[in-house]
Amino acid sequence: MSTQNAQSEGDFWNLRLYVAGQTPKSQAAFSNLKKLCDEHLKGKCHIEVIDLIKNPRLAAGDQILAIPTLVRKLPEPIRRIIGDLSNTEKVLVGLDILPHQMENI
Amino acid sequence: MQHTTIKSTEELPKAPTGIRGLDEITFGGLPKGRSTLIAGGAGSGKTLMSMEFLVRGAIEFGESGVFMAFEETSDELAKNVASLGFEIEELIKEKKLIIDFVRVERSEIEETGEYDLEGLFIRIGYAIDSIGAKRVVLDTIESLFAGLKNQAILRAELRRLFRWLKDKGVTAIITAERGSNELTRYGLEEYVSDCVILLDNRVTGQISTRRLRIVKYRGSRHGTNEYPFLIDEHGISIMPITSLALDYKVSNERISSGIPRLDMMLGGKGFYRGSSILVTGSAGTGKSTIAAHFADATCRRGERVLYFAFEESPDQIVRNMSSVGLNLQQWLDKGRLKIHSARASLYGLETHLVTMQRQIDDFKPNAVIVDPISNLINVGESSDVRSMLTRLIDYLKSKQITAVFTNLTHERLEATETEVSSVMDTWLLVRDIEIAGERNRGIYVLKSRGMPHSNQIREFLLTNKGVDIIDVYAGPSGVLTGSARAAQEEKEQAEKTLRREEIERFSRDLDRRRKIMEAQVAAITAEYEAKAEEIKQLILQSKERESILSQNRARMSKARGSQEKTIKG
Repeated sequence: MSTQNAQSEGDFWNLRLYVAGQTPKSQAAFSNLKKLCDEHLKGKCHIEVIDLIKNPRLAAGDQILAIPTLVRKLPEPIRRIIGDLSNTEKVLVGLDILPHQMENI
Repeated sequence: MQHTTIKSTEELPKAPTGIRGLDEITFGGLPKGRSTLIAGGAGSGKTLMSMEFLVRGAIEFGESGVFMAFEETSDELAKNVASLGFEIEELIKEKKLIIDFVRVERSEIEETGEYDLEGLFIRIGYAIDSIGAKRVVLDTIESLFAGLKNQAILRAELRRLFRWLKDKGVTAIITAERGSNELTRYGLEEYVSDCVILLDNRVTGQISTRRLRIVKYRGSRHGTNEYPFLIDEHGISIMPITSLALDYKVSNERISSGIPRLDMMLGGKGFYRGSSILVTGSAGTGKSTIAAHFADATCRRGERVLYFAFEESPDQIVRNMSSVGLNLQQWLDKGRLKIHSARASLYGLETHLVTMQRQIDDFKPNAVIVDPISNLINVGESSDVRSMLTRLIDYLKSKQITAVFTNLTHERLEATETEVSSVMDTWLLVRDIEIAGERNRGIYVLKSRGMPHSNQIREFLLTNKGVDIIDVYAGPSGVLTGSARAAQEEKEQAEKTLRREEIERFSRDLDRRRKIMEAQVAAITAEYEAKAEEIKQLILQSKERESILSQNRARMSKARGSQEKTIKG
């Protein structure tokens, strides 16, 4: 239900992608995320990319271990998805976009 | 305290830990610039040991450190180690220490596709660089196994992490949970192979004892035993003492036992300085009193005594000893005597010994008294007891500390305590002697290395002026003590008197007989003399008569002659 609300108008998705340099995994993650947002969260999503090589001090704040890591800052609660985000379905589950829709079916 | 750092050109460079005893066992510390694995069960002291490594590194060796905490938050850690007397907030403020809490929560993490742990590398690297850390602790990196599903990636990344730490040139400690079959639950020993330390917390007879063992130390010698260790308000203390071989210097100096007559029994001079003395005896035979006399005499010489009491409180000891005329309070007041009381059943034997060692290090006594050591023996496994005591005694000897151990025996002594006695230099036995419904104390020297000593049993008296040792009655009917001795002595006295009287009687008799004899002789002489006188008289009379007769005859013949003349004429 909450996700239905989350899906409703006016809700906003604040996503942060942590990378370390322009590695193939990071690039893959970014393009996968971009695609996903365009398809599922069009206009309701803000993506911030943080390069830890440039800002290593930010790693501790969001408890980053793995690279790449996608953090859903909003809506709460905070969720983390690690990996190159190649499995769209898993990402959607991780971001609480998909599971409830599937439940509803 | 002193840390013996043995340096050799062949040996690895080492990072001293500053942890009491650990640097001795490792001959200098952990491998510098490499990783050390500390494995152990829950509550075995892994976290505290690694934190002490960082804190001491920062304070004593000028090496700042990074603590990557995977299980506890910084606040929790700070609270936990505050109980060890570590003020880590200060160190953090001074930029000598960084604690970074790494939260790994599986429920919050979704995995999709390829990833690596570069984020963790960056965090550690950032922490190291920001304070120029030389020491790093990862506690417990195994949490990653619970948080991440992809074991293949994780293992590859861990391998890379340890190599990376080595490249960074930091001395690292990796902690790990003890596994049931393997050394660690996730086989981390596979990655960290320079030095592996195992911590253990075993419970035997409801008493838990912490132990440490160095499983391996590549390129370095190390102590191989299991060493008991202690965690208390001063941090971790390990009791090493393998390095103490039988090569300590011995003293020829003799010191008084505090009981003059006992000194006499020990070749006239008392104990050797730095020797260990065992006083055994059954309950109430005065073992503690002997120990207290020694303590008193030692303090009187201006030296220091550390008294470990496992049965009585300090006040009780002072009171009880004042009843035999010993004023121990004055030495307590002057700081020459320290009484440390503890219930033996409180810890295991090893823990006691570690505690004792630390107390000895702190107080630096000239003499140590352990009263009684039997309580310690009872809490340990008999196999451990000997090695532990040997370590303690070696330790004391290396520091030239004279030690008196009392030992309570229930049975008829010797056999039961051989394990203890063989490491002692002097063995005094105080023993009950029950004769004639009375219990008395006998003392003798069972052995005393390196000095002539009395082989006699002496009677041991506790008076309100102190201990007195007197000769026992040793006669044809055996050894007698107490009133039996007194009775025997009186009996002997009576017999002596009797004999003297008899002799007197005999001599009087002889005297009398001589007098009779003399009287008789006198009488006979007198009789003889009387007779002789009489005979002389008779002879005289006869001679007189003879003379008268001849005179008469002459007169007669004269007369007759004149008549004839007249007639003729």
